[in-house]
Amino acid sequence: MKLILRVWRQDGAEDEGRFETHQLDGVSEDSSFLEMLDQLNEQLLEEGTEPILFDHDCREGICGTCSLTINGLAHGPEDSTTTCQLHMRKFSDGETVTIEPFRARAFPIVRDLVVDRSAFDRITQAGGYITVRTGSAPDGNAIPVPKDDSDKAMDAAACIGCGACVASCKNASAMLFTSAKAGHLNLLPQGKAEKDKRVLAMVEEMDNSGFGNCRNYGECSAACPKDISLDYIAKLNRDHAAAKVRKIFT
Amino acid sequence: MNLDSKIPEGPLSDKWDNHRFSSKLVNPANKRKYRVIVVGSGLAGGSAAATLAELGYNVDCFCYQDSPRRAHSIAAQGGINGAKNYQNDGDSIHRLFYDTVKGGDFRSREANVYRLAQVSTNIIDQCVAQGVPFAREYGGLLANRSFGGAQVSRTFYARGQTGQQLLLGAYSALSRQISTGQVKMHTRHEMLDLVVVDGHAKGIITRNLATGETKAWTADAVLLCTGGYGNVYYLSTNAIGCNVTATYRAYRRGAGFANPCFTQIHPTCIPVAGDHQSKLTLMSESLRNDGRVWVPKKAEDCGKNPNDIPEADRDYYLERKYPSFGNLAPRDISSRSAKEACDEGRGVGPGGRGVYLDFADAISRLGESVIRERYGNLFQMYERITGENAYQRPMRIYPAIHYTMGGLWVDYNLMTTIPGCFALGEANFSDHGANRLGASALMQGLSDGYFVAPYTIGNYLANSGAGTISPDSPEVKEVMESVRERVDQLTSSNGNRSARSYHKQLGQIMWEYAGMARNAPGLEKAIGEIQELRDDFNKNLLVPGTGSNLNAELERAGRVRDFIDFGELLCRDALERKESCGGHFREEYQTEDGEATRDDENFAHAAVWEYKGEGKTPARHKEELKYDNVKLAVRSYK
Repeated sequence: MKLILRVWRQDGAEDEGRFETHQLDGVSEDSSFLEMLDQLNEQLLEEGTEPILFDHDCREGICGTCSLTINGLAHGPEDSTTTCQLHMRKFSDGETVTIEPFRARAFPIVRDLVVDRSAFDRITQAGGYITVRTGSAPDGNAIPVPKDDSDKAMDAAACIGCGACVASCKNASAMLFTSAKAGHLNLLPQGKAEKDKRVLAMVEEMDNSGFGNCRNYGECSAACPKDISLDYIAKLNRDHAAAKVRKIFT
Repeated sequence: MNLDSKIPEGPLSDKWDNHRFSSKLVNPANKRKYRVIVVGSGLAGGSAAATLAELGYNVDCFCYQDSPRRAHSIAAQGGINGAKNYQNDGDSIHRLFYDTVKGGDFRSREANVYRLAQVSTNIIDQCVAQGVPFAREYGGLLANRSFGGAQVSRTFYARGQTGQQLLLGAYSALSRQISTGQVKMHTRHEMLDLVVVDGHAKGIITRNLATGETKAWTADAVLLCTGGYGNVYYLSTNAIGCNVTATYRAYRRGAGFANPCFTQIHPTCIPVAGDHQSKLTLMSESLRNDGRVWVPKKAEDCGKNPNDIPEADRDYYLERKYPSFGNLAPRDISSRSAKEACDEGRGVGPGGRGVYLDFADAISRLGESVIRERYGNLFQMYERITGENAYQRPMRIYPAIHYTMGGLWVDYNLMTTIPGCFALGEANFSDHGANRLGASALMQGLSDGYFVAPYTIGNYLANSGAGTISPDSPEVKEVMESVRERVDQLTSSNGNRSARSYHKQLGQIMWEYAGMARNAPGLEKAIGEIQELRDDFNKNLLVPGTGSNLNAELERAGRVRDFIDFGELLCRDALERKESCGGHFREEYQTEDGEATRDDENFAHAAVWEYKGEGKTPARHKEELKYDNVKLAVRSYK
């Protein structure tokens, strides 16, 4: 395959940034999108240009490191797929492909296509855990969890923290990410004790980090490589409202 | 080199208890006087950092990723073993211990493995309490499945994402400690050297990958939880960033490196599709519970649509050769059998390097929905990568480098031969011998991090006393200077070949001569070729840009440089181990029907390599392995 690639280049957070256009020949249909970028980078090296920087690591769709907005879509055109799992057979010969970083105020650009998503870590640090000191746990089967609840918790826990939800939302809201973690823990009996504290703290941190408000557009869930459902946002809204009310009366 | 394993006295089942009792404790009020460095934030590093911080130590934790949640433990799919015996099928701590020692082909240390089996039950409890959503039965209790190399169901799992869920559990515990300030987290930081002062590990030098800043950090102890070295083969199931630099640099500073030739080849990976390939993808071994492995009996059938090949013309070779374990034969045996079938010209897919993993029987017995529930995400992943639907057509699989049993030598306390430098998880060599059983890597990472190191480090600190040195001291500055020189040397490389091209070539040498089957002439050839590759690298490497900001080429060049040296060490170890055991198969040492022949008389030891200086041949030392509780036997899965 032959491709025309319009790629975003930016030297640092303060730089204005620009698109660069490159032509790449001999791309295998079986290669992944990132392997195609590897090939482009080898070509740039030969031409004496600095390669394009992009985040990636496991290349099997689970670590959440890869990002990229491809032709305007977070993680590109294929449903339920991270960029590293997107394969070139989904593109056509001669196509022009536009590659940009995940854009959001809360995700400042580090260089080229690499962004800083540490705001997600801060949301987790605010309350995305169950307080349990190592060694203090009861027997694993001491707490039966109805299979249905456990399955729903697992659906939410499947979030890989990639940030596609934020990048695809026109308000750059992090509600899907935050609600997935809160939903996972709040659904389990182990997580009930800290439920109110958790949702209040996580939402507060999310607001402080510069993410926008959720307006239920639903782009986040459509772009999510793990198909996290909008139901968790509804649940977080309920849990948050209830926690606020309870806080007033206690 | 002092290789005292410090195995405690007493019967096997009492050793850990005795040891904990005889270990010195650090007074709670004194813990805050100590600083501990944890390198790596995977299952071992994340759990250790969180637990040490809970105890009151000051912890600095480093990872090269942009978040601790992304460490490669996250990619483990199948599950985690725990000797809970919830299934009432005859499991026990002793059986898990025995299976692990036998699975490791009798090349691991009894006492360490027994402790691993003992704490395996605590791990499950801990993870459940953290909210890890393990699979459950309809009654709400935990579900289990069986895994390769075991005849009981002791594997706990969270769909095909067990590693992810366990890592997110450790990450949540770590996040809690970061929020209290007890852990200072340093992301996008790569460890480039270890600081040793008066024989004790006292700190590390890092490079901030985003800003290029090199910096010294000092502490009372250093924990290396930096994973394995599978990427020495270029193509492996490891993440692209996984590297050997931290452990190799510790080796150069005096830590013994044990059994580097013990590498694990996972039997169920998606085969290589072409030259563009940057990594290989694992399909969880749990698939072998329901999938049947076969190749055509006749080479001329290999090009046919598999569904058109009648039952009588298929060779279910694992079921044929190993009737009692069948498709659940351990990883090394399954991998080698796949290679044999392909070497006979009966392989399928591109280049004839693939075998079928067929779910047709399971689907007709259980229905497609059950299979979808069990493995849906894996089938989906397979389709994305290959464009084929495995519900309708058997998967194609082939072995790939997946895990490395070798690592830094550690004693019973998980301390390397450098006092104060500990190695946890895949980075050490201790528990899996020459072959690791499925669902045991997660168990070991969490065992080391949650339940072993936090005790043994306390003992070390209590005995050595608080004494963090200043980052400005001359010993630290000297190491810092050598790191800066190395980085400058790489950034001034103005040749014509990319680091990736060297990595690829190294991988080809390693896979060809030190892969699934090895022999002496091949290994000698590999050592020669690696030496030539190093000379070429030093002359013709190209690194663009500078060292003062994010520079992926520079990062890769540094890692590949260490992989080249390490690859040579691996081949040397494979050459000296004149026997076949576990993942190490020497063609010279096999039975008539192709099974591995161990040499217990001469090789029932861990080989520990000591660095002797640049360009010098390293020294090989031995830790003799004593088996008081299991009888050395020929490992049979027939």
